[in-house]
Amino acid sequence: MQTVFQQIINGLSLGSIYALLALGYTMVYGIIKLINFAHGDIYMLGAFWGYYVINVWHFNFISALLSAMLVGAASGVIIEYFAYRPLRHSPRITALITAIGVSFFLENGMSYLFSSNTRDFPQIIKQVNYNLGGVLISNIQILILVTACILMVLLQLIIKKTKMGRAMRAVSVDPDAAELVGININWTISFTFALGSALAGAAGVLIGLYYNSIDPLMGMTPGIKAFVAAVLGGIGSVPGASVGGFLIGILETFFQSIGLSAYKDAVVYFVLIVILLIMPAGIFGKNTKEKV
Amino acid sequence: MKTNFKYNIIWFIIMVAGFYLMNTLILVGVINTFIENMLVTIGINIILATGLNLIIGFAGQFSLGHAGFMAIGAYATAIITQTATTPVGFYLSVFAGIVVSIIAALIVGIPTLRLRGDYLAIATMGAAEIIRIIINNMKITGGAAGIFNIPQLASWPTVYIMVCVTTIIIVNFIHSRGGRAVTSVREDEIAAEAMGINIFKWKLAAFVLGAATAAVAGSLHASFLQTISPNDFGIMESISILIIVVLGGVGSITGTFVAAIVLGVLDTVLQDFGALRMVIYAVALVLIMIFKPSGILGTWEFSIKRIFNRFKRKERVEQ
Amino acid sequence: MKKSAIKKVVSFAAIVMTAGIFAGCSTAKTQTKGNTQTGNTVKIGVNMELSGAAAGYGNSQKQGIQLAAQQINKNGGINVNGKKKKIKLIIRDNKTSTTTSASVAAQLTNNDKVSAIVGPATTNAGTAEIPNITKAAVPSVSPSATDPNYTKQKNGKVQPYVFRACYQNNFQGGTAAKFMTNNLKAKRVAVYADNSSDYGTGLAKAFKKSFKGTIVDSQYFSEGDKDFNAVLTSFKSKKIDAIYVPGYYTEVGLIVKQARQNGINVPIVGSDGMADPKLAQIAGDKNASKVYYTTPFSDDVAKSNPTAVKFMNEYKAKYHADAPTFSALAYDSVYMIKSAIESEKSADSVKIAQGLAKIKNFDGVTGKITINKNHDPEKPIAIEQLTNGKVSNSFNIK
Repeated sequence: MQTVFQQIINGLSLGSIYALLALGYTMVYGIIKLINFAHGDIYMLGAFWGYYVINVWHFNFISALLSAMLVGAASGVIIEYFAYRPLRHSPRITALITAIGVSFFLENGMSYLFSSNTRDFPQIIKQVNYNLGGVLISNIQILILVTACILMVLLQLIIKKTKMGRAMRAVSVDPDAAELVGININWTISFTFALGSALAGAAGVLIGLYYNSIDPLMGMTPGIKAFVAAVLGGIGSVPGASVGGFLIGILETFFQSIGLSAYKDAVVYFVLIVILLIMPAGIFGKNTKEKV
Repeated sequence: MKTNFKYNIIWFIIMVAGFYLMNTLILVGVINTFIENMLVTIGINIILATGLNLIIGFAGQFSLGHAGFMAIGAYATAIITQTATTPVGFYLSVFAGIVVSIIAALIVGIPTLRLRGDYLAIATMGAAEIIRIIINNMKITGGAAGIFNIPQLASWPTVYIMVCVTTIIIVNFIHSRGGRAVTSVREDEIAAEAMGINIFKWKLAAFVLGAATAAVAGSLHASFLQTISPNDFGIMESISILIIVVLGGVGSITGTFVAAIVLGVLDTVLQDFGALRMVIYAVALVLIMIFKPSGILGTWEFSIKRIFNRFKRKERVEQ
Repeated sequence: MKKSAIKKVVSFAAIVMTAGIFAGCSTAKTQTKGNTQTGNTVKIGVNMELSGAAAGYGNSQKQGIQLAAQQINKNGGINVNGKKKKIKLIIRDNKTSTTTSASVAAQLTNNDKVSAIVGPATTNAGTAEIPNITKAAVPSVSPSATDPNYTKQKNGKVQPYVFRACYQNNFQGGTAAKFMTNNLKAKRVAVYADNSSDYGTGLAKAFKKSFKGTIVDSQYFSEGDKDFNAVLTSFKSKKIDAIYVPGYYTEVGLIVKQARQNGINVPIVGSDGMADPKLAQIAGDKNASKVYYTTPFSDDVAKSNPTAVKFMNEYKAKYHADAPTFSALAYDSVYMIKSAIESEKSADSVKIAQGLAKIKNFDGVTGKITINKNHDPEKPIAIEQLTNGKVSNSFNIK
């Protein structure tokens, strides 16, 4: 029984990491229908930023986290301005290739500048394990879980309650009509990128702290997993991204715990395909009817 | 019919000429092992990318799982030619690879091709990953170490001939009734359906044909390189094939050829740049996409027919 | 009119082609086998994983190679039959891809005309290189391709131009199994192996074959994974005496960390892919206790071996870090080539291959190396123990 609870905790903490990354994916996709392959690499940038400011400028945790969010937001906006904006009216597949190019650029540029070695992230918060009746949970796990939940609620509020959020929703439904009613599309899209990328920057610091290991290619695997999570939840939907993230985290943990660790990714993809077949737009996705 | 036959004959002559040109250059020593290596890699990429272009460019189905079908072909050849070390064994293994990958394409395609756009992309990517992970955990495939010391039964002439054959098949398919049906599905599914086209059947046909050519490319890859491992067929391989298709122009076979050659040459030239190579590659990729969003050639196609027609028109004017 | 034009073109093409074929035949020339060395430098090619998944290990090896070349050149160069010749390194990146590795090998042997190649780091890139270097008759020494069959042809004969500086998997896995039974007295062992390369799966297989006790569970992780809690939690409930984790320090460091945080305090035994100071940094010093790994490059060996001491000091002076095993193996690979050139008194590639096959009692950083008939190095193996992140003990296993 203890083991079962422990595995649930493991699954939730892994899931919260995927959810944190999936939120950014889903926001960007929701508004410009672009699979932002570079999202995982902004997460990497955030982690490296945290690494440097803590080691060199001795930032504390909160300021490292906030500054990483700023750096993430800035890099997201810059990438959008230079790489995606010129392609807004091109075929979507072109924008996708550009996103892949940006991702290659960030990964290899960072490898070139800072070497591809794995580094240890400064342990600015001491990890403490709490023992709840034989089930271990660490303070950083709780921190990540709580942050993921807070950010999710906050995002939902921004999207549903603020003027900017209304603009974002309008642009996502029909950019031309949104422009007609006086919404500044460029500004709205930049804001979305800033928001999504800030989340990735925060995730970089949190996950760097949790696993204590960062390298220039760290964004690749979780990036793809988070993307799968976003699709599973219904890409474009904020609650969907979180549910997808937690679902994948728990599935992965479950199949590893029953001894199928070699097939854990295969099982995740299999579940993904099955869910997509039953719900073609993901769990929370809106299935738009096609009109003639 | 007769005119089509004429153009096919002309293409055939060009292909034979190209073959002799290569042969001569190798004999003279202009093409050494290094360049031969590069050309074969380009050839294999052409086969892969034309197949994917059929699926993405002509049928309009966004598939990200091409490397999975390539893996099936590669492993079929690697396993069969281990025991049957003859050219016959090789062609048998190519055939086996095609059959298995067609079966896999049907298993993957029948359920997933109902999905649209990015959902289809992620589902096919998942399917390819499942194939790769299964290969990675099987005994007969050598697990993560893969298979090496595969006898080299495919040298550049085999690859050259296969490039020609698959291209002829795909181009003729595109220009056939089926090809027009496939293109109509891309343009407007509902209109196509209203015209009495079984859209699902034609989507699946394009998908299966693309998968079969990927298997051929995989066989050639395994036999030429003499070593394969599951890591060769990951998501990144699917993406690099996709890059060739988009860079050349979605829906242009000529573009695919040009892009495969450009990227192949670029990749080898960049070997001189060490750690910077991938940075330069990435920048080049982004710049090409920004300044040429529809790819190098867009949907433009090199056509002998058109050139002849132009001649004809000129003659008429002169007369 | 038009038809005749086609005819003209076709007949013209035919003539050109036939001419071409004859021209081709007449220029068919006899080539000497291998690359002969000319001029005042000895060219050594480096076919290395500098980008892609194995870039971290590849770059460590590149540093070792560059250090070796720098040292040799500072001391005047390689003595080729009485003449001192400097080394010229030609370093090319293979992206951790088999296709590119084959292409790099072809370029190094045909265009750069190197006399010998160091690399690649991984078995897969290494086997992709073999056809091209064999065709060109240029030997290659891989610092870390560990598959037992890497140096063998399909029929079991040895590959004439393929050498390595590292242990092959069976030897290392077997040693770990012996150590588990004899020194740790472990009866119930769980195996947690990297299955994204032959390194982890090969070692796991070798270990399972020679381990006498019970293998309670065997699970796999893949490269790039960061969360191992699920599998470790399931190990915890299985009453194990030790865990065997063949893999690289990037992932094993995290496994050590998460195992200790999950309250698993049994010994963790691994392989030379862990022998890197970064392991303890990633795991955290206080977690890196009761951690053991097989390595050619133990502190004990180092203290009694002047070559190793010199290497470690110079590495530290140049790169401001402790030398990892990967760098040491790559460094030895360069010196093995040097020794082959000097004993054969020639830097022609075929001669170097013959020289490499005859290496006996070569004083390397990673021990006294003798190349056996399978082109595998025979050298002592040791097991190091980490306590609080520092090497505290080392065992010699016979």
